Amino acid sequence: MASYDVLILGAGIVGSACAMECAQAGLRVGIIEPSVPGGAATAAGMGHLVVMDDSPAQLALSNFSRDLWSNIAALLPDTVEYEPCGTVWVAADDEEMAEVQAKQRLYAQAGIHSEILNSSELAREEPNLRAGLAGGLLVPDDGVIYPPAASNFFLSTALSQGAKLLRGKAAVALHPEAVKLEDGTILAAKQIVLATGSDLRLLPSLPIQKRKGHLVITDRYPGFVRHQLVELGYLKSAHKLTSDSVAFNVQPRRTGQLLIGSSRQYGNDDPAVDASILARMIERAQSYMPRLAELSSLRVWTGFRAATPDKLPLIGPASEPGVFLAIGFEGLGITNAPGAARILTDHLLGRTSAIDASPFLPSRVPTLEPSYA
Amino acid sequence: MSSIPTRHSEILVVGAGPAGLAAATAAASTCAKVTVLDDNPGPGGQIWRSGIASASITRDPARDAAIRCFRESKAVLLAGRRVIDAGPSQTLRTFVEETGVIETFTWDRLILATGARERFLPFPGWTLPGVFGAGGLQALVKGGYSVAGKRVVVAGTGPLLLAVAAHLQEDGAQIVAIAEQAGLGSLLPFATRLLSHPAKLVQGARYRAALSRVPYRTGCWPVAAEGTAKLTAVLLTDGSKTWTEPCDLLACGFHLVPNTELAVLLGCKLKDGCVSVEPTQETTVENVYCVGEPTGIAGLDAALVQGEIAGLAAAKAETQAKALFKRRDREQAFGKGLDRAFALRPELRTLAQPDTIVCRCEDVRYAQLQSQPSWTDAKLQTRCGMGPCQGRICGPAAQTLFGWQNTSIRPPIFPVPLSALISEPNSRETTQLQETL
Amino acid sequence: MPRDLCPPVRVQIWLNGASLEVPEGTMASTALLAAGVPCRISVAGEARTALCGMGICFECRATVDGIPHRRTCQLPCHEGMRLETQP
Repeated sequence: MASYDVLILGAGIVGSACAMECAQAGLRVGIIEPSVPGGAATAAGMGHLVVMDDSPAQLALSNFSRDLWSNIAALLPDTVEYEPCGTVWVAADDEEMAEVQAKQRLYAQAGIHSEILNSSELAREEPNLRAGLAGGLLVPDDGVIYPPAASNFFLSTALSQGAKLLRGKAAVALHPEAVKLEDGTILAAKQIVLATGSDLRLLPSLPIQKRKGHLVITDRYPGFVRHQLVELGYLKSAHKLTSDSVAFNVQPRRTGQLLIGSSRQYGNDDPAVDASILARMIERAQSYMPRLAELSSLRVWTGFRAATPDKLPLIGPASEPGVFLAIGFEGLGITNAPGAARILTDHLLGRTSAIDASPFLPSRVPTLEPSYA
Repeated sequence: MSSIPTRHSEILVVGAGPAGLAAATAAASTCAKVTVLDDNPGPGGQIWRSGIASASITRDPARDAAIRCFRESKAVLLAGRRVIDAGPSQTLRTFVEETGVIETFTWDRLILATGARERFLPFPGWTLPGVFGAGGLQALVKGGYSVAGKRVVVAGTGPLLLAVAAHLQEDGAQIVAIAEQAGLGSLLPFATRLLSHPAKLVQGARYRAALSRVPYRTGCWPVAAEGTAKLTAVLLTDGSKTWTEPCDLLACGFHLVPNTELAVLLGCKLKDGCVSVEPTQETTVENVYCVGEPTGIAGLDAALVQGEIAGLAAAKAETQAKALFKRRDREQAFGKGLDRAFALRPELRTLAQPDTIVCRCEDVRYAQLQSQPSWTDAKLQTRCGMGPCQGRICGPAAQTLFGWQNTSIRPPIFPVPLSALISEPNSRETTQLQETL
Repeated sequence: MPRDLCPPVRVQIWLNGASLEVPEGTMASTALLAAGVPCRISVAGEARTALCGMGICFECRATVDGIPHRRTCQLPCHEGMRLETQP
């Protein structure tokens, strides 16, 4: 029976980042991945590195994690395509401009650099946005990466530090200090980390719901968009608990391709492309950027975000000893992967975290029942 | 949301190549209302592609007769339409490149005649200007490209090579050599089968006569295309010796790959990469038929009779359809012989060098792919297959090189302007297609 | 009058800024091939021209009348068409 210090379930970007942190801390790490590493939400997501202020805890976590990204930027291989292109939060009218002012103050208090853009400054920064927008908030230290390559980098780094990848077999049951795979293999580990995204078969009572999203990628149009663009209404969309919503979100990739989003649908497990919400999403995008209409779109795909009731991830010990969670990142899995991995490893090793980790404790959420075979 | 009128047909045929034309003509002969969609400007598909007025085109009586019969039937051809998506309740959406117009079509019965494309295998220099597909160069000549006076090497595999060489020669090209990778051992049984298909034998003999002074080497394949800014020579080998053929153009294709994307999108099951069909040519999806190369690369005559069967079956003329089963089975058996005769030799899998480009859209090289465990890993880590061709060129190459299967198909099954993703069918404005034309 | 005896109609197009006359209906890819001009430059900097001739490979992409990523093997030349090699 193979034995590890920690077994990480899931080799997406969060699991891989956890594996890297743990291996670098000297732990014997095993990673269990039933399918393609980085092939689920990591492959589907936008790769936006962004500070998000929908709650003080989220602001702290995303800021912390974004800093970790810039710290390792120089080490990232070219394939990760790290681009510090910044974000512009776009305000359509005076009401949204007032939100921009408030956001800028909030960021300033948290030590996050941002600049208010008036209408003409916004037009200068992003000439392809439609005329008549009120302005925006530029957050210059935000960036964009290509997530599958980043996930692969974390995973490879972990493997080079002695971690072992067990690929192609799913974990089917959690035992005290052990995991059983679908072929009957038992792997022993003092600590087990669940980083399985929206795959909840091991802990079906976790309070996580899937939120389906759509994305479109275009052919190459270098310079069409310079920054990641997000409408202020994005936060309202991300906050909606029950209804389908779309929000304007366009991201330039280093290749010159544009990634266009975003949509959110609750209670929908079907990975098929939904023509109706896709149409709404594109219309929303075109209302901010009319010239998008003529760009060639190469692919459309869907993915599932894992959302918790209070929109903060679950990072830390589950109620059963030895089981830990790094799960429920909704649309911020890419941004928060390094920060979550650091906090998770702090829990494993009993270290104090650099930021207050209590808002993310799984114990804050009442219904949590790990299932044992 | 912009809405577009939906047009309804009793029988909708996708593809106006030989199979699609045969299906439409047969269905129309029973008085069914038939519409044919095709993305080319005129009928004929690939093998019967019409050229522009100034291109020299070989007279093909079978083609002319089929197109004449189609035109005389009441079937309607809507050219320039590329299918991008299938919707619920028997709907297809199409896009016209030149005008950007989106249309929606609904149908009672659907016949897929989406044909095949060439298989490309990478070797050093294959991305040089001057290197074309075999059918590719022929199509470009029909589009007005003059090869008069140019030295051409035709290489790869399949009956297409002879046909292409003959047509290029008619256009004034100097065919330097024809290199067929299949060995004589594989080809002879096929040649003997031709004896039981006299029409094909005559056709083959006609090509051979036209090309009598051209070296036709079997068991011979390209190792590299040479040149700096463009092609200047092809390095050929027969497995023991290797030699250089100076030339201007290389027409190289390794047989055909079925276009199954639309069938897969509609939920049709595949077997060995081809669409599974009943004897009536109906697929595993009710009311959807498939004919021609997507059901198995079997050549022109098989495509014609399959098309006829599906047209009759879709029009509920089952007895007439059944009468053609035996001929279809004979033609398909001939087609199976094609597969065996022109099977790819293992050496073709090792032509690519570490720096040889495999995915041309994203310039992904062999060395980058070699270490990937699966097609999905390769796509995610290298972008292979994520360009505008949506894996149509590199996918079959990767399958030959690494054994990777790619069956994930999502709409749009062809790149479209973003605005095309907005239009939704307006089902209130459904019109009967015949009345508007 | 039989088709072969009619003088072919020619159209004038622009190829990377240079004027060129081609028979009417000639595919844009043909005009580029005949002039020895690549359709596009690939990601790694290679000159590329048409490959498949049937609108599937996208190697023949060029900027046509200011719009990038148009498949030139599917576009007949029209009077005044502007073709530019795509970077």
